Amino acid sequence: MSVMTGATIEALLPDGQQGYLHSVDTGGTVDGPGIRYVVFTSGCPLRCQYCHNPDCMKQKNGKLTETRSIIDDIASIAPMLRRGGGVTISGGEPLVQPAFVAALLTGCRALGLHTALDTSGFLGAKASDALLSLVDLVLLDIKSFRPETYHNVTGVDVAPTLAFAKRLAALGKPAWVRYVLVPGLTDDLDEIAELADFVAGLGNVERIELLPFHKMGEYKWEALGMPYRLKDTQPPTPELEAAVRGVFEARGLNVV
Amino acid sequence: MDVMERQVDVRSDVDAPAALPEAWAGFAPGRWQTEIDLRGFIQRNYTPYEGDYSFLAGPTQRTTDLWAKIADLLKVERENGGLLDADTSLVSTITSHDAGYIDRPNEKIFGLQTDKPLKRAIMPFGGIRTVKQSLESYGLTLDPVTEKVFTEYRRTHNDGVFDAYTDEMRRARRSGIITGLPDAYGRGRIIGDYRRVALYGIARLIEQKREEHRSLDRGQIDEETLRLRWEVGKQIHALEDLRTMAAKYGFDIDRPAATAQEAAQWLYFGYLAAVKDQNGAAMSLGRVSTFLDIYFERDLRAGVLTETDAQELVDDLVIKLRLVRFLRTPDYNELFSGDPTWVTECIGGMGIDGRPLVTRTSFRFLHTLKNLGPAPEPNLTVLWSEKLPQAFKDFCSHMSIETSSIQYENDDLMRPYWGDDYGIACCVSAMRIGKQMQFFGARANLAKALLYAINGGRDEKSGEQISAPFAPITSEVLDFDEVVSRFDVMMDWLARTYVNALNVIHYMHDKYCYEKIEMALHDRDILRTMACGIAGLSVVADSLSAIKYAKVRTIRDERGLAVDFEVEGDYPTYGNNDDRADDLAVWAVKHFMEKLRLHPTYRDAMTTQSVLTITSNVVYGKKTGNTPDGRKAGEPFAPGANPMHGRDTKGALASMASVAKLPYEHSQDGISYTFSIVPKALGRSEGDRITNLSNLLDGYFGQDGHHINVNVFDRETLLDAMDHPEEYPQLTIRVSGYAVNFIKLTREQQLDVIRRTFHSTTSGQA
Repeated sequence: MSVMTGATIEALLPDGQQGYLHSVDTGGTVDGPGIRYVVFTSGCPLRCQYCHNPDCMKQKNGKLTETRSIIDDIASIAPMLRRGGGVTISGGEPLVQPAFVAALLTGCRALGLHTALDTSGFLGAKASDALLSLVDLVLLDIKSFRPETYHNVTGVDVAPTLAFAKRLAALGKPAWVRYVLVPGLTDDLDEIAELADFVAGLGNVERIELLPFHKMGEYKWEALGMPYRLKDTQPPTPELEAAVRGVFEARGLNVV
Repeated sequence: MDVMERQVDVRSDVDAPAALPEAWAGFAPGRWQTEIDLRGFIQRNYTPYEGDYSFLAGPTQRTTDLWAKIADLLKVERENGGLLDADTSLVSTITSHDAGYIDRPNEKIFGLQTDKPLKRAIMPFGGIRTVKQSLESYGLTLDPVTEKVFTEYRRTHNDGVFDAYTDEMRRARRSGIITGLPDAYGRGRIIGDYRRVALYGIARLIEQKREEHRSLDRGQIDEETLRLRWEVGKQIHALEDLRTMAAKYGFDIDRPAATAQEAAQWLYFGYLAAVKDQNGAAMSLGRVSTFLDIYFERDLRAGVLTETDAQELVDDLVIKLRLVRFLRTPDYNELFSGDPTWVTECIGGMGIDGRPLVTRTSFRFLHTLKNLGPAPEPNLTVLWSEKLPQAFKDFCSHMSIETSSIQYENDDLMRPYWGDDYGIACCVSAMRIGKQMQFFGARANLAKALLYAINGGRDEKSGEQISAPFAPITSEVLDFDEVVSRFDVMMDWLARTYVNALNVIHYMHDKYCYEKIEMALHDRDILRTMACGIAGLSVVADSLSAIKYAKVRTIRDERGLAVDFEVEGDYPTYGNNDDRADDLAVWAVKHFMEKLRLHPTYRDAMTTQSVLTITSNVVYGKKTGNTPDGRKAGEPFAPGANPMHGRDTKGALASMASVAKLPYEHSQDGISYTFSIVPKALGRSEGDRITNLSNLLDGYFGQDGHHINVNVFDRETLLDAMDHPEEYPQLTIRVSGYAVNFIKLTREQQLDVIRRTFHSTTSGQA
């Protein structure tokens, strides 16, 4: 695979030639199918209690990076990403920087790579249809379903996310819905049932990823001097996980 | 023993062409019937298998019971500090011991190195001092008569080498710029073609060797011819001894093996003779599974063997291979930790004609990891090709995820060099089986050489002048061009000293500790490689990168030696798919190889090198001072071609891509990479993990990576195993080119393994 020339890239990237990048992981396997190059952008309007990348919340924690340098880096290992994998744009919240995301997606498409966008959907309105046309799969994190719970977990409203989910469904865009199960916070089975009803009605959701809460990000909160509210929360029990899984599966959803 | 030379019997008895042996009934004919031609036999007769693992049989009660007996012995061995029992007077030869058994009525494949399982033999031809020290370290005493024989009457390889070493070689050895040289122990890394014993029987092999002996009686007999005549003579004796050894177990192996059981038995006898004759650093098995499969298939078709029987034979053979032991010193264990024997068996690969060399028996060998549980030996090595059947790839990935006991090497990269009947000796050294051997050369410490370049050839620790003196660098801030030009001079000296030392070693090894049975299972004329090696590659690359892209200040001691370095600013590090750093690693490999190639070698061996440290990365680190990359004195190097611990921060593919840039062309003895990943980072479901690992391997090898050890476990498991070793008797991990029982590593090495980069996941909950 030859690395794209500067001229080609310029033509592809009228806008979004740079953006705030937190880091990359070239061997991701849990953010979309296969082995993926995961781009973590910085900046996020949500303040999720359990966020395990709180260092991605503030845009200026990232580094202003040339889009072309990221695409070149992806291109150099593109053959390894074509075996059922691809590129995932994650964060942070990628849609804080829609032009940057669109430029990255354009570059990936030019390399013939599968693309995924990992988003909370809160800024879904900023994703144009043109941008979405460059995305093969949306990983939609729905943090909870009822407005009051959602606000408690994230600090923002749930409505934009649900609207974005419906828009994706209308576009027939393949999506995986991710749900982080936190005991005492997002474990209300009735509320989960409402979410499952909603998701089952969309028709474009291929997979539910049920993510048990873990505390691997705790040290980052400490390092940033930010209070971590889930210090005493434990990961969900296998019984709770099974029950939640059952709620989704009862509606014909594929839970992983 | 060579002490009392027997006369070589070279009578000709090739009058009339004999009828084909009955043992060959049902095999497709070919050139292999008239010439020793194992590859030809395999190609004409094997049955590729493209299906999945569902045909496999679990262990029989017999297998489970037999393995339980061994597990008990292994426990006692561990509790005794690593040694169950050892001979103290009887010198091991092919015929030295009577038949030994584990549980005779319940064994399928017979033969032990000594009269009892796990009892270690003494093999003093490499060096009597090593034998003595080894015994003493376990509280045993070498019999004074044996000691006297090998001190007063019979010189050893070790004596010969030290008679011939120059002062310069001794200095280089003492300072640790060259370490691990096989000058006091067997060099190993030679693979006898043990399959020949099964296919042809001993009588035919002896006849072949007699013919070779006669062929060396034409024209002028120069020194090279004389040496070869002497060697072939010894080979004939060794084959006769092999026949005698088998007879002690009640087998007549003069004739070819007639059944699957006999084929496995005959082949194992060949291997057993080798490990009774040589305490070699690595005693590899070759590539036997697809060969054996031909016999299994024939017996299965004839209805005289079931799948359970076939698996039982493989399980039993593998049990025997797991019992191979050598007596070694604690020093040796520091270099090559965990008591490895490198019974390397290659599985899979593709034929030149495009058919996969995967058979049902390829699966059966891997399946022993389940039937008997994981273990470091035999060192199961999958020859990976993008074109391997997917079901086989996925089975390998599945077994790797379950056991962390498999290494992978790039068949698509090696096949153009070595054909489709090569094996791997030790960790990463490819050689055509029966047609090629290597002179094992351990490795030179390139990181230390870089420090010598800065310090004018003086050792940064002792202050001693090791190389010929040359001007040191005196500036405070290191200048890249100046460092590189001095490094070049230093490499010249190192390459010359190193190759010369290896010439001494291998001259003496041939003379005093010749591998007669292994070489009896080779052709007369073979390719020899002089297998040099380098350690500290990532330290060199990162140091040069720091000097080039950041500012490195020297800190000097009262002797004027640069003993520490202060790095100001950021610099790219090797392991992140960043050409600025990776190119420096590529340069070091290629440049040093070019220097090595300049020097004449013993027996005109072809010079090669490896980027492989085994576990000696810890010892090399100990012996090397502070380096310009910020690594502190005494800290371990990264193993093999790995990036330094924790400096490959861009994830698995970037790390792999960097390693894959190292040119195999200039490192034909292999490039070792150890990859550790936590299970969760391979995917969410078992199916995903298998698919992803298969794809990772395809991807890495597709970028021309040469070798990869795959470890799949959590760091927590290792920490727990350190505290509760008794609960992890079979916890196996891949280090550099081989696998070890984790609990047998020294504490330092355990910590080193735990500190290494574990590819994990940071995403999934953002």
